[in-house]
Amino acid sequence: MMKREPRPYWNPYIVGVGIGLLIILSVVVTGRGLGAVGAFNGIIASLTHAIAPDYALSKGAYSAYLSGVEHPLKDWVVIEIAGVCIGGLLSGIVSGRFKFEVIKGPGISNVTRLILAFSGGLLMAYAAKFTRGCTSGLALSGGSVLSPGAWLFMISVFIGGYSVAWLMKKAWN
Amino acid sequence: MAPLQFNYELSETLLLLFAMLTGIAFGMFLEKAGFGNARKLVQQFYNTDMAMFKVLFSAIVTAMLGIYWLSYFGILDITQIYINATFIWPQALGGIIFGFGFVLSGLCPGTSCVAVFTGKLDGLAVFAGMFTGLFLYAETEPFLKGALSYSSIGDISLYELFHVEYGLLTFLIAAIAIGAFWFAGKVEERFSNNSLRRSS
Repeated sequence: MMKREPRPYWNPYIVGVGIGLLIILSVVVTGRGLGAVGAFNGIIASLTHAIAPDYALSKGAYSAYLSGVEHPLKDWVVIEIAGVCIGGLLSGIVSGRFKFEVIKGPGISNVTRLILAFSGGLLMAYAAKFTRGCTSGLALSGGSVLSPGAWLFMISVFIGGYSVAWLMKKAWN
Repeated sequence: MAPLQFNYELSETLLLLFAMLTGIAFGMFLEKAGFGNARKLVQQFYNTDMAMFKVLFSAIVTAMLGIYWLSYFGILDITQIYINATFIWPQALGGIIFGFGFVLSGLCPGTSCVAVFTGKLDGLAVFAGMFTGLFLYAETEPFLKGALSYSSIGDISLYELFHVEYGLLTFLIAAIAIGAFWFAGKVEERFSNNSLRRSS
């Protein structure tokens, strides 16, 4: 049976202008741009609260998302990220790129790849607490409104990324 | 006058519907750029595919100019918009650690959602890592109070910080970006030629 080839990727500048217009629209409506990692804060706070309510309320990192709100998941960035998941799914299906697989370089095993992915996620989430945002909420949205911290963060991400890339060469190429 | 949320009565339901639609469009753009695929996204750091740089900076320049011109023509009140607060050292050092994490995982928090929802199992591992990271943060937060708020300069903008005219700064950044796009194209061309030569 012939396998359908995935559709080609879009030109990065077209995607960039599209995301830029989306940020403008978001600022015009809500006064701020897009976000991502913030949604995970709300999700882990509500998960922890569901399992161990007293414990969740005793931790400042969770209680900040629990007190004074109707529900921690009824939040702008949580709903926006739910949208990102739906949009990604729809586009993945339409473009022929939805497939259960582990994306990795040829030189490493699936298990190694998953351990590296896990470690990377851990570092990013922890660091994002110090930076007050990730590539979406801080770099993209903060960069657009000319926040000095956003530009500093972006430069640092590139320095950090390039300086560790040579060590990780085998894992990707 | 915009932001609409602060100047008109918008119901919560309407705002959340807007959040959902904005997210769907954002997710589609990320997927169409190929950013659900960690191996494609991470090529930025090997100079063979600079799509991450191109998307990030063309989005910033578009949004930056749009926001400036909307405020210039009095459509958007710039004093009402959210400027991400600056914490010099936490953001500089945190950014470096974030960059390490980016190259290890090949995804960022936003693109990991696209990866997971297009079936990429490594995206799920990034999710698990992020939840673990947030759990560790919640446990260690009481010891980090000083470090977290160290070197804060508040929600000042670049043009206020450097006393430059807002419009002039957007023009300069846009001009630098155009040069950087040209340069990124050259770098990409050169590095992909090299890797072709090496593999043949």
